[in-house]
Order: sequence, then structure tokens, then C-alpha cells
Amino acid sequence: MVTRFLSWTRQAGALLNKDFKAEFRTKYALNSFLMFAVTTLVIVSFAVGPYYLDPVMHASFIWIIIFFSAMAGLARAFIKEQERGTVYALKLSTTPEIIYLGKFCFNLLLLLLVLLVIIPFYFFFLSPSVGNPLLLVVVLLLGSLGLTGTTTILSAIVSKANVKGNLLPVLAFPVLLPLLITSINGTRLALEGYTFGEASSELRVLSSFFVIMTTVSLLLFNYVWED
Amino acid sequence: MLLIELQKITKDYNGHIIFSDICETLREGSCLVITGPNGSGKTTLLKILAGLIRPASGKFTISVDGTLLADENRKDYLGFVSPDLYLYEELTALENLEFFVKVRGLAESEEYCLKLLKKVQLDKWGGSLVGTYSTGMKQRLKFAYALLHQPLLLLLDEPGANLDEEGQALVQEIISQQKETGAVILSTNDPAEVARYGDQVLKLDEAGRCFIK
Repeated sequence: MVTRFLSWTRQAGALLNKDFKAEFRTKYALNSFLMFAVTTLVIVSFAVGPYYLDPVMHASFIWIIIFFSAMAGLARAFIKEQERGTVYALKLSTTPEIIYLGKFCFNLLLLLLVLLVIIPFYFFFLSPSVGNPLLLVVVLLLGSLGLTGTTTILSAIVSKANVKGNLLPVLAFPVLLPLLITSINGTRLALEGYTFGEASSELRVLSSFFVIMTTVSLLLFNYVWED
Repeated sequence: MLLIELQKITKDYNGHIIFSDICETLREGSCLVITGPNGSGKTTLLKILAGLIRPASGKFTISVDGTLLADENRKDYLGFVSPDLYLYEELTALENLEFFVKVRGLAESEEYCLKLLKKVQLDKWGGSLVGTYSTGMKQRLKFAYALLHQPLLLLLDEPGANLDEEGQALVQEIISQQKETGAVILSTNDPAEVARYGDQVLKLDEAGRCFIK
């Protein structure tokens, strides 16, 4: 069992390493990700201007930016394989589970990298007050895990369609709705300074969403990936 | 002893039969050549054998010494070269091979990948991005990719495409070496290749029928 797990980790790690190497040479996903995030952020900051926003509005803006940036960037991992014809080479080399895990890790790191850029920028431009910064980090992390877990399998489905990237937000939105509502609520609680105990139901929903979506994705990915 | 069996393989697209009831048996040391006009389903049949698409009906089995190999492990026994298969252009040839070694969970080292590059005469360009390669060089790299895990069965779709004389000789050498340890199934339209490699020949026609020579 341990040997198998280690082998999975090594194989998924190889895929992650390959994707990062290719990504930093082509900036295929990162550019669309960052462009969308920064543009939206600037538009929001201009629109809001000097007005005071309450924590609910800040939380909503943060997750709208994260959601649409993710939709712009995360679909690329599979679309690129499909468009460049490398999908056969990959299919013939490893199991669907390894591919899901490798792509999930790549998407997660990419999303966290973008969050590292846009969250400080958001606070710089819009200056919301944060009552519990640690809770905010945990909510962002759990929300990102659920968002990535769902988007990874959906982008594999979308990569086989003709319209590809445009389809992802449409497919993802209904599935991600519970996650987005909970993440917005959790972020609001963090901004208002609530404790971990008071935000425990949000944290439980976010953790459960991630575990359920990742488990279901691992079980179903074989059917999505194979023709 | 390796035994490969195609059992009544049929494929259709939206009700239009591409080919039906293809049956053939292939043993270790043999090369089956699939030939036929454009659109007769040669590439489709190879993709079915590779497990990349599903047949409408029928089965393809590989057994070694009477033991049937599981379908889900098929990729461990197959090497596939096709014009529809591409490698990562943003990586170098060596990085490509190293990636596929690791993602397959093989223990082979960088020296092994360099040896394979030398075998396909790409050792001088191992550090260059695949995107800068000519189509012939990419075809050679596909052979290195297909041989990486020393497969029992090599599936070759138009193996001589885009290759110069040296490349053609390389294909011939790879096929004869593969026949020593396993088997080869290749598809081609070139009568010279059919005559050169075809221990068994399967001819497909546009009406979806097959003839065994």
C-alpha cells in the first residue's frame, strides 16, 4: 500500500514537474490567469473608488475574482494536451488517476500562485480590514482546494468539446455554487474577526466539499479520460 | 510465448460501418501489416488495438505463455507510433523521454534515455526543444518514446512517413529487433513496406471488409 502510494506520488510529481516546466516556458495558463485577475481587480477598484464596502461585498468581490480567474486559467491544463495532440502520448503512459492527481496539483499550485499576487493587490487597492487573518488564509486555502478539485475534472470534460474554455464557467457554476456561497460567508467571517470556532460550520462544509469532489473525481476520472 | 488475437473487431461511426468482424492471430516474431485505401480504417484499427478508442464490438487480447494480460495494463505492453501522436514541443527530447520514464514509474536513468536517443540518431539534438525539430526528427523521437518501456507489441501507423533513407533503415532495424522479442503491427499504404515487413497482411477495403493474405 505504502509502496503503491509512493509510486503514485512519484508519477504524479513527474507530471506536475513537466507541466510547470512547460508552463514557465510558454506562460500558456499563467498569462490568461493573471491578466484576468489583474484586469478585474483594477476594474473593481476603479468602480468602488472611495466608497466604503462592508465585509460581505469585499468577500463577494474576492471570490468573484478568484472564480473567474480560475475559469480562465485552470481549464488550460487539459485543453493544452488536447490541442497539441499530446493527449495520446499521456494516455498511453500512465493511469487516469495519476493524470488527475498531477493536473490537480498543478492547477492548485497555479491558483495559489495567482492568489499570492491578487490577494495582496486587493488589500492594497481596496483596503478592507481583516479581523482574523489566519482564518482568512484557511478559508482561501480550503476554497481553492475545492475549486481546483472540481475544475480539474470539469476541464477534462470541456477539453473534448468544440467550444472548450467558454463552456467551463457554465458547467462549473452550478457545481461550485455551494462552495462559493460558503467561501464568501467564511471570508466575511474572517474579515469581521470571528474566531475559528464561530466559523467551524463553514470550514467543515469547505473541507467536506473538497474531500467529496476529489474522491468522486478520482472515481469518475477514468470514464472522463477514456474515449 | 506471445500470442495476440483480434476477435471479431467491428467499428462504426454513427451507424456507418468502418470495418467489421476483423479476426487475426499474431505470434511472437511476426509482423502484421494492415493495408488499404484512405478511409478504410487502418488508423482506427490501430487506435483500437492501442486502447485509445473503443470498438463497437469484438475483443483484442494479448497473452504471454497462456496468461491473458489485463486490459488496464495494456499500455505497459504496447508501444505506439502514429502521425496523431505528438510529444511535448516545449520540452527537449531528453526531457520528454525522462518525463515518460518517470510517469510510467520506470526506474531507468538519464543514460538510458541518452542511449535511446542515440539509437534513433538524435543524440546530438537531445538538448534541443522538440518544437525546433523537423517532422522527420519528431518521427524518430516517437520511436524512442514507443521503445522506452521495451514493449511486447509495437503498433506503427505509417512508420516511414517523413523519414529519409537513413530513417527508413532505422525503422527496418527497429522492426527486426522488435520481432526478436515481441511482435509488430503496422499500417501502411506503401507496397514496398507491405512486401518488406508483411509476414501477415490484412487488407481493408472501403466497404469495411477485410482480406487476409
